[in-house]
Amino acid sequence: MLHLTRHRYLYFAISALVILPGLVAMVLSTVRYGTPVRLSIDFTSGSYVEVGLPRPVESEEVRAVFLAQGLDVASVQLTEGNRVAIVRTQVIDMATKGRLMEALRAAFGEVIERRFDVVGPSISQVVTRNAIYAVIAASLVILGFITFAFRKVPHPFRYGLCAIIAMVHDILVTVGLFSLAGLLWGWEADTLFLSALLTVIGFSVQDTIVVYDRIRENTPRMRGLRFEEIVDHSLTQTLHRSLTTQLNAMFVMVALLLFGGASIKQFILVMFIGLASGTYSSLFNAVPLLVVWENREIPRLFRRLMGRKA
Amino acid sequence: MAGIYGHLVEVSLQRRDWILLALIVLLAGVGLWIDLASPAIAFWRAVPEGLPPEQARLIRSTTLRLGLDLQGGTQVILEAQVRPVSWSLSRWATPEGVAGFVREVYENAAAAGGETMEVARDIINDRVNGLGVTEAVVQVQGANRIIVELPGVPDPEQALATVQSTGFLEFVDTLGQDLPPGTVISTTYGLTAAEISAITWTQVYPTVVTGYELVSGQIGTRAKELTGEPMVLLGFNPEGTRKLAEWSRTHVGQPLAIVLDKKVISAPIVREAITDGAASISGGKMTWREAERIALLLRYGALPVPLTVVENRTVGPTLGQDSVNKSVVAGIIGLCTVLLFMTLYYRLPGVLAGLALCIYTVLIFALYKLIPVTLTLPGVAGLLLSIGMAVDANILIFERMKEELRAGKALRASIEAGFDRAWTSIWDSNLSTLLTCLILYLFGRSLGASMVKGFAITLAIGVAVSMFSAITVTRTFLRAVYGLLGPYLERHTRFLLGVALERP
Repeated sequence: MLHLTRHRYLYFAISALVILPGLVAMVLSTVRYGTPVRLSIDFTSGSYVEVGLPRPVESEEVRAVFLAQGLDVASVQLTEGNRVAIVRTQVIDMATKGRLMEALRAAFGEVIERRFDVVGPSISQVVTRNAIYAVIAASLVILGFITFAFRKVPHPFRYGLCAIIAMVHDILVTVGLFSLAGLLWGWEADTLFLSALLTVIGFSVQDTIVVYDRIRENTPRMRGLRFEEIVDHSLTQTLHRSLTTQLNAMFVMVALLLFGGASIKQFILVMFIGLASGTYSSLFNAVPLLVVWENREIPRLFRRLMGRKA
Repeated sequence: MAGIYGHLVEVSLQRRDWILLALIVLLAGVGLWIDLASPAIAFWRAVPEGLPPEQARLIRSTTLRLGLDLQGGTQVILEAQVRPVSWSLSRWATPEGVAGFVREVYENAAAAGGETMEVARDIINDRVNGLGVTEAVVQVQGANRIIVELPGVPDPEQALATVQSTGFLEFVDTLGQDLPPGTVISTTYGLTAAEISAITWTQVYPTVVTGYELVSGQIGTRAKELTGEPMVLLGFNPEGTRKLAEWSRTHVGQPLAIVLDKKVISAPIVREAITDGAASISGGKMTWREAERIALLLRYGALPVPLTVVENRTVGPTLGQDSVNKSVVAGIIGLCTVLLFMTLYYRLPGVLAGLALCIYTVLIFALYKLIPVTLTLPGVAGLLLSIGMAVDANILIFERMKEELRAGKALRASIEAGFDRAWTSIWDSNLSTLLTCLILYLFGRSLGASMVKGFAITLAIGVAVSMFSAITVTRTFLRAVYGLLGPYLERHTRFLLGVALERP
């Protein structure tokens, strides 16, 4: 048996170290863009135009064509050797789009329309609202489910709440790093990012439940042992499984990152970070937190800190 | 530690297992047949024209459907515009003002009503089909939105213009013929006499009046006095009244077809000459629903509500094809890596789990085709991720099996104990993922984010099928192998299972 929970405050410190830069990034992002992560047109409304061009271009050339059509250009991004231009601009109606494509063809020759998205404000408001609802609904359903599934162990609500804390940890890690990427490389959260986040939440809880299940099984069998020891036994027994499963998911995600299409790279990377964080938080946050709670360490810690000050 | 549970009944290979094995092989065979019945990655348009309908349906039902982001195309969300009602006090001074207020409130209620949206959807569907887009999807979403998906349309701007245009309404003399609703006809409107006589291949029906001569304010439905049957009321302007009076005087007892965009909606019989420009349609077996529908079509000439584009997503065909190719390559590499790892780490059970994983993949694709699931790009990612995750249940079981073996339990008992003990954790953890999928699905549906919805569906199917493949299939395989090679397995546990059995 490994005494895994002994170093629980070290694990919490590591988590804090990862989350802190993300939180700082979220504050900076809020100052600069008004939101903790940069939002794509899915949430803010506007247009996304991705065109393939016959020759390498400069972003100013592309911007000029858009401005000539009377369009505000938020950003121009060039990829694939400056042969693909991604332009973010205001909401464009179909007639304007036709004129725009003609102007692009006049300026650059044979222009291939790769992607063209327009999202109006009425849609983006609904998306934002429902996104928040979806996360809250998922948390409540999972809290209820765990409390129900572990109704036979003492304090089932603790299990549910610690799983939710681990889940919030994963959300903070993922959103924080995404926010950082937004500041550094201009990453924008879209509905895909949201799906990735929700998947991370699902798998984070799945990992936590596997360890919880072992504690549930061991509790009646190891009646003489302290709770901390039962937890250590359970963690040791499930450690192999947690790492092996994580490894298999990593194989697939690395394959997708290396060989998959460019349009899902961000999505996969978010998932990759989220799943890694999910495994970590299950083993090193959710489960040790149970021990902290059982030993009533928080009030003791609090008293000690207060005592030192006084 | 696990030795405390020593009471497990040893299960030998029974007839039940052989039947199960046969069923699994059969299922895998059927799945494989469905997978190979048509190209694994085929576009909707791959169904050739002119095939008999049953054959076309068979091809379509065995073709993997690709979302717009993978095959290219346009998705548009149209929103019904509800005019804000003015509540200003001055309106209440005159009877017209009050009437106007009542009408606006009524119109807004009608615009938000389900019936109105369904009528609009049907009209858009007709127009889209008229464009020759065969596999278009037109759906009502929520209270006031319509989603139009046009796969592989080369000119989405023009398609959209057609979808949004005002339809053309005519009242047509059927020349005494009985034209059932839905019939597409030619009419004389807008043609010169010479052009009409030049058309010899089909009957050209004379247009009596057009939608321009209708007075929309006088259109509505009412219950007929005495019988209470539904009745559609309509009124014409002076020009229309004159034309209709002239025509109806000589055509009593004959049908007058209401035609929208050259398609017959209804063909009521003229019972008496209509001289005052106020007509009513009733009788037959017309229900209130149909009456409302006809009234809506008459009032708006076409779309019962003005629709504006609130979202438009277009993906060019090259980008989609590129994504498909790359995802297939990435998927195969990912799957092979998982198979290799499982074999090296878990030995014989790992090989069997790999076999179960292959069956899993076969079944997943067959299900996608049968349900059918429209595969989007995040859907592909969800599918590939679920392949990585499908082995999770196997890992739980095998780890448990190794524990039992190390604790000194006999091989056969360890196998069964592995499955038994791992069950609760597999069930609880997968159930929580399924619950998350459900929330994702509802979330995706409520905003028409078909990408999110597609991802939730693929992940949920993956979780459900993985429980079958990782538990039932793997256990049956293991039992079969043990039944055939039991003694050999016992002797070579270190090589075949990665655990050395301590012999007494």
